[in-house]
Amino acid sequence: MSIPDEGTPVGAVDEATARKAAIRASVGVAIAVAAYGLSFGALSVAAGLDLWQTMVLSLVMFSGGSQFAVIGVIASGGASAGVAAIAGAALLGTRNGLYSIRMAPIIGGGWARKTAAAHFTIDETTAVSTAQPTLASQRAGFWYTGILLYTGWNLTTLAGALLGDQLGDVRQYGLDAAAAAAFLGLLWPRLRQLQPIVVAVAAAVVAAVLSPTLPAGVPVLIASLVAVIVGLFNWFGRKATP
Amino acid sequence: MTVWTIVLLASIAVFGLKLAGYLVPASLLEKPTPARISSLLTVALLSALVAVQTLGSGSDIVVDARVPAVILAGVLFALRVPFVLVILAAAVTAALLRAFF
Repeated sequence: MSIPDEGTPVGAVDEATARKAAIRASVGVAIAVAAYGLSFGALSVAAGLDLWQTMVLSLVMFSGGSQFAVIGVIASGGASAGVAAIAGAALLGTRNGLYSIRMAPIIGGGWARKTAAAHFTIDETTAVSTAQPTLASQRAGFWYTGILLYTGWNLTTLAGALLGDQLGDVRQYGLDAAAAAAFLGLLWPRLRQLQPIVVAVAAAVVAAVLSPTLPAGVPVLIASLVAVIVGLFNWFGRKATP
Repeated sequence: MTVWTIVLLASIAVFGLKLAGYLVPASLLEKPTPARISSLLTVALLSALVAVQTLGSGSDIVVDARVPAVILAGVLFALRVPFVLVILAAAVTAALLRAFF
């Protein structure tokens, strides 16, 4: 098994090596991302959710962007902004549905396996899986990332929620600024081209301008129309390649 | 609506979207417009949430210690500083500004 790399023809990647690389990637991603859980847990209790509500979001929803959206809307509008909170979480969750379409042929198997896989189908598992060279390593990357990240995310959410409970007035510790910075961190890697940058700036302006006149959460939903319009007409986008 | 209702309905909706993708024919992904709108939707929502979290106060728009904190966070993300350290830096900046001004 000590064939030098440069001698390996393309397409004949050693399965055991590919699997090890997939597992290594999943461990790295899981450790890096699980740390978000700490900020999520603390910010969630700061937003007014209790420990169990916070844990249900991490255990059942298990999608960082959507979870932050729920607590963000509740933080500014309380429980009366419920419809906006649910709609915001669902809209941010639509991309998971697109990942599912891409993952379906890789996951294979019957309904039990697909349902379990659906729960783990998020940014990170899809990214690690689709970066692997062989079907077996793609599957290994998906399941290892999913299980490690799920475990880490929930343990750190619990730690963050317990920690956040002890804090009292959260503005004193700048946790409201931390919540804004967390959204910025999720947004940042997506701003590589002109089109998303234009959409981001326009959506922020729309949301800020509408905030004083509309109920909490609604300006954020109206701002999402910017994406639909720009996406539909492909303004500021690249020319379609056949 | 109670917070529990919100938590449960939103969780079911997000899981339902994940599961729905396994039911949809793969050809949908090959159409560029739905894929483009979906990815821009994420950008628009996250950016709107940044704006509201940074400037919102009840139903008002205010400029306070959060603004410099979020600007600092943007600079640190641009410098590829790890997520958790950036969040910490933003919180500390806002906390210090509030303690001294």
